[in-house]
Amino acid sequence: MFDRDRVNKLLPWISSPILLLVFLGAWQFAVSVAGVSPFILPSPAAVGDSLVTMFSSGTVWAHIKVTLIEVVVGFAIAVVIGTALGAILGRLPWLERALQPAMVAFQVLPKIALVPMFVILFGYGVTSKIVVTIILAFFPIMLNVLLGVRSVDRGHRDVMRGLGASRWQTFRDLELPSTLPYVFAGAEVGIVFAVIGAIVGEYLGANEGLGHLAFTSLNALDAPGLYAAIVLLSVLGVVLFFAVTLAKRLVIPWHESVTKM
Amino acid sequence: MTREATARHAAGDTSAGPVAGGSAARPEQAPVELELVGVSKVYQTRRGLVEAVKDVDLSIRRGEFISLVGRSGCGKTTLLRILSGLLPPSAGAVRASGQSIWKGANRDDEALRRFGLVFQDANLFPWFTVAENISLPLKLRGVGKAERRARAEELCQQVGLRGFEGAYPRELSGGMRQRAAIARALSYHPSILLMDEPFGALDALTRDKMNLELQSIHAAAGATVVFVTHSITEAVFLADRVVLLTPRPGRIRSVTPVDLPRPRSLQAQSSAQFQAIVRELRTQLDEEP
Ligand SMILES: Nc1ncnc2c1ncn2[C@@H]1O[C@H](COP(=O)(O)OP(=O)(O)O)[C@@H](O)[C@H]1O
Ligand SMILES: [Mg+2]
Repeated sequence: MFDRDRVNKLLPWISSPILLLVFLGAWQFAVSVAGVSPFILPSPAAVGDSLVTMFSSGTVWAHIKVTLIEVVVGFAIAVVIGTALGAILGRLPWLERALQPAMVAFQVLPKIALVPMFVILFGYGVTSKIVVTIILAFFPIMLNVLLGVRSVDRGHRDVMRGLGASRWQTFRDLELPSTLPYVFAGAEVGIVFAVIGAIVGEYLGANEGLGHLAFTSLNALDAPGLYAAIVLLSVLGVVLFFAVTLAKRLVIPWHESVTKM
Repeated sequence: MTREATARHAAGDTSAGPVAGGSAARPEQAPVELELVGVSKVYQTRRGLVEAVKDVDLSIRRGEFISLVGRSGCGKTTLLRILSGLLPPSAGAVRASGQSIWKGANRDDEALRRFGLVFQDANLFPWFTVAENISLPLKLRGVGKAERRARAEELCQQVGLRGFEGAYPRELSGGMRQRAAIARALSYHPSILLMDEPFGALDALTRDKMNLELQSIHAAAGATVVFVTHSITEAVFLADRVVLLTPRPGRIRSVTPVDLPRPRSLQAQSSAQFQAIVRELRTQLDEEP
């Protein structure tokens, strides 16, 4: 029993490097054996070289910083707005009913289609990307918080009422902690959307950022540079997602979705 | 000094009123602590009105242990929620020490501070540790952290949860959770304990053990207890008086005194007197249409 638990915990740490190696092997195979053109698919080594050049010349840091700021700032604002709106709508069912059609419309709208509009409205700088990020990320957070506010356990409410808890005490000791898991569930989706928002914003109109770097490399037919930018974007996305997961571990260690390390 | 007298002494029974003599510790002369007068409850549901409780009159004396029994759906939970101020009655009055617990549409929170509630589900907060759950009522009353921790430790000891102070509820078994819920209700020394089938989800062995513990808690704390159960044996074992409810609408069918000496052992359940009371109640239940 005990041993199997340990193995289960260690398993991802063993399997992930293997999968990465298999992936790199297949990539190398496609390039050197299957003979895919290096202009379409450069070898892993070429992409690695490109990454090394980027970091040794130091030019890439400014791009990383810009994208990171767009995602983090946009995501943070999305968490605040999404939580606030979700909490308000959760409390006021009549308002939710009134806004239901508008919310459905907003949900099904392909928001990526709005990106050029935001570029026109807010310019080529960081602001338009932050706006796109917020628009994409706040919605899943809002929906989750709305659900969370509604799902406060009735039995738990009885406990607080039976103890004569004040409004504020009920919020602090019951409503807030019982909604936090929903905030994090929304945030885990939201951070992924936030990264997508920033990248698409940069593809379509920017002077800086990793998305912009990818886009200019493509135009310059610099395949290794393009792939290097994609690798960096992926790493950024993964790191940010794990940052949210880590925050969850720290804030709600009691929740079932948090397994012991 | 008899054991029973010791228990009463430990209960701090200084009411000085002449306590009923003989072997039973029934506080027949103690002042009335809780009162239901002409209480009815009608629920409005989509399928119409449901008369859950009708014309219930009941006076409960200080220190008394009342068991409320009846088939499921006969209004036990409704009655207990009305007693605890969680649910306003449709008609009638609920009084604690002679004062109504309702002031118009608002509960008199001051009167309810002496109440301790235990529900069918433990209803522990998963984000709090066992100690934090147990001392939550103290936190709400502004008691300091150090004192809360000390009291939580004391209570963990009392209900047999020592060593689990720092555990989360999800790490406990059902019986342990229910014990923590009882400890939470005891944390502020309530003088009235209202319990809704607190041991309903436990296995028979654990249940027996919890019943014994509850009996000694009742003796030691001298609290007034209203205990809802659908087990007649459990009801008779614990109670000074057993109140039998009949369904649709929920009314009091009978009130049966249990004059058995305390403390009662599990063996007492096989005594002729105990069996006679159980049989009588069972007959009454079976007479129902
Ligand atoms: N919140 C409610 N809304 C409508 N009907 C209810 C509600 N709670 C209980 N009832 C009805 O009232 C009756 C008594 O229920 P309850 O007090 O829970 O009985 P018991 O606890 O004895 O099983 C049942 O017929 C039940 O369906
Ligand atoms: Mg019930």
